[in-house]
Amino acid sequence: MATITINGTEFQVDAKSTIIEAARANGIHIPHFCWHPKLSVSGNCRMCLVEVEQMPKLLIACATQVADGMVVKTKSERVIQAQKAVMEFLLINHPLDCPICDEAGECKLQEYAYQYSVGYSRFEEDKVHKPKRVPLGPNVMLDVERCIMCSRCIRFSEEIAKQPVLTFTQRGTHVVLTTFPGSELDNPYSMNVIELCPVGALTSRDFRFKARVWEMAATESVCNGCARGCNMNIWTRNNEILRLTPRQNEEVNSSWMCDYGRLETFKHVNASERLSGPSVRVDRELRSIGWEETVSELASELRGFRKNEIAGIGSAYATNEDNFVFQRFIKEVLGSKHLDLLPHVIEQVEDDLLIKADRTPNSLGARNVGIEPSSGGLSASGIRNAINDGSIRALYVLEDDIAADPEWHSVLQKLRLLVVHSAVQNATTALAHVVLPASTYAEKHGTITNFQGRVQRLQPAVATSETDRRMDGLAASRWDKFSSKNDRWGRPVKFDARPSWRILVSVAAALGTRMKYNTAEDVFGEIANVVPVYRGMSFARIGSKGVLSKSSPVPVKT
Amino acid sequence: MGRDNGKMIRTKDLTFWQKLYLPEVFKGLSLTLSQMFKPKFTYMYPEERFQPPSSFRGRPILVEENGVERCVACGLCSRVCPALAIEVQASETELEKERYPVRFEINMVRCIFCGFCEEVCPEEAIIMSKEYELVFSSQEEAIFGKERLLTPAEQVRERLEFLRNSR
Repeated sequence: MATITINGTEFQVDAKSTIIEAARANGIHIPHFCWHPKLSVSGNCRMCLVEVEQMPKLLIACATQVADGMVVKTKSERVIQAQKAVMEFLLINHPLDCPICDEAGECKLQEYAYQYSVGYSRFEEDKVHKPKRVPLGPNVMLDVERCIMCSRCIRFSEEIAKQPVLTFTQRGTHVVLTTFPGSELDNPYSMNVIELCPVGALTSRDFRFKARVWEMAATESVCNGCARGCNMNIWTRNNEILRLTPRQNEEVNSSWMCDYGRLETFKHVNASERLSGPSVRVDRELRSIGWEETVSELASELRGFRKNEIAGIGSAYATNEDNFVFQRFIKEVLGSKHLDLLPHVIEQVEDDLLIKADRTPNSLGARNVGIEPSSGGLSASGIRNAINDGSIRALYVLEDDIAADPEWHSVLQKLRLLVVHSAVQNATTALAHVVLPASTYAEKHGTITNFQGRVQRLQPAVATSETDRRMDGLAASRWDKFSSKNDRWGRPVKFDARPSWRILVSVAAALGTRMKYNTAEDVFGEIANVVPVYRGMSFARIGSKGVLSKSSPVPVKT
Repeated sequence: MGRDNGKMIRTKDLTFWQKLYLPEVFKGLSLTLSQMFKPKFTYMYPEERFQPPSSFRGRPILVEENGVERCVACGLCSRVCPALAIEVQASETELEKERYPVRFEINMVRCIFCGFCEEVCPEEAIIMSKEYELVFSSQEEAIFGKERLLTPAEQVRERLEFLRNSR
């Protein structure tokens, strides 16, 4: 430990830390562009200059190690003058295209220009022009004019993503960020450079010009792309998801998120192939009827089967709440022993940063809450064979497109009754006799358990036709708060979908069993009572960063 | 009149002539009569129409130059609008400006003609026109899209000059 004085206050700090780290650990902000806690120190932006007593010149806080007895001033007249000078230099060639730039509103340079700059420019000459609209890779767009040469993206690609393709060429004000000839920034984590970039030089190609950041509302949630469960923010405008960005959680994903998670896990929430409402197959065609009619129709159909003719397929895509109510429904209400789930594992994609081979967000949680055959019951392959030989005639599937697997597709057609909960139209709904539209992960409260056994919270970011953004406490932007029916933007698309656990509660009620759950929190309350590894947990305890359960990770069978 | 120790005190009594009222009545009538012989301010609308000065804030319009809007869809007008009348949806264009409004709608039922949108616009792309005659027969009709907002720069030259001079 070392004792240092920052702005007149003494602090005990780690003797190996730098001034900027020591200050940050004690809540003192030193402005910086190129320094990032997760990257190596580059020391090129000069924004973090501080005054250290007995040193003739100002020092950069990011590359100066603390020493016992050091006296640091971060707000002295000399420091403020230096910050103004650095800002003036950075802004000389920075274009004034904030109105066009996607970074505006969450731009470090913009914020510092208010906080540490003089507020006007003395530069009357022509700015240096450099390439604009340069696609760096499939997901990242580069605008070199906006670049302030902090090199965060270069260091990230090299040190974290292990794809060293970015570099600077030229000298002085003509420095250009570019990829090496014949290469492009296409690693699975390439989009992290977008948040790392302190300016709008690197922006998302997918989100390009979709919305200004202040028009959106952010909801804390968890990525559903794989078993990692990266913490993220869901950004919505007008009830539509526009982008996903990582949320820091050192236990799970640090500050990062993969491109697949950012781009491929939300489009189906907005998609046109969402189911329009509950439907029942009549004369080979799915016919949309109301919820009550569908549920009572389904209940009377289910009564026509003996207990061992029915099987259930749970889902590693659904929440703990959905799976818990599902296993109760199959085992207690329908009285069947045949219950399992299908794993979705792609070994090749796993790496040692974030991406897991298990492509589902909640396989561990689904197992924990009881998605497994009762003693004497059939497992997934057993259920498939039993459908094939005709001993199982009814199958209830929770939120999984099992017909995408050709082996299942061929046997599903032999079923007398196939019931599916699904958010979108897919191969399974095309074969189903009863289709119940389920809310997606972005439309409901719930929990999922990642591969480490960490229980994390999902929160609704998108309103369905039965929920209201304001009444149900969803994150709301200014536009969400003040919209009226008279505005075109006040009439967002809302899908008619319900959380699976609620659909199951109503089907159970139609079959004569009352399950007393009104909210997802009620269901989780019971899970915390009944499932030993989740004992004592609650939504409040899980909070925004999750809680590690006592469950040991189970190997996922392929 | 004031209140002192809970007792009402009349500060001034009316004079005899004031109590009579009649002189005051005739004073008023004579003023009205004298106006009849002075020049008239009344416009015989709709035959005669008010031609506003260039400082007038009529309905906001989008300035069109060389066949395209100046607007880059930055959304500042939408943000600053106290009545939330403006909706902008940006998209990418091949033009040098990179960004343009694929949809730009002003809900004229919401608009309060404050001119904040004009003031905040970094491109001088949305300005207040002289047009004040707005009639709708439905809420839907009151939402003006790009087709009704776009106005060639030549037609609003006066206002553009006024803005430049008053900067």
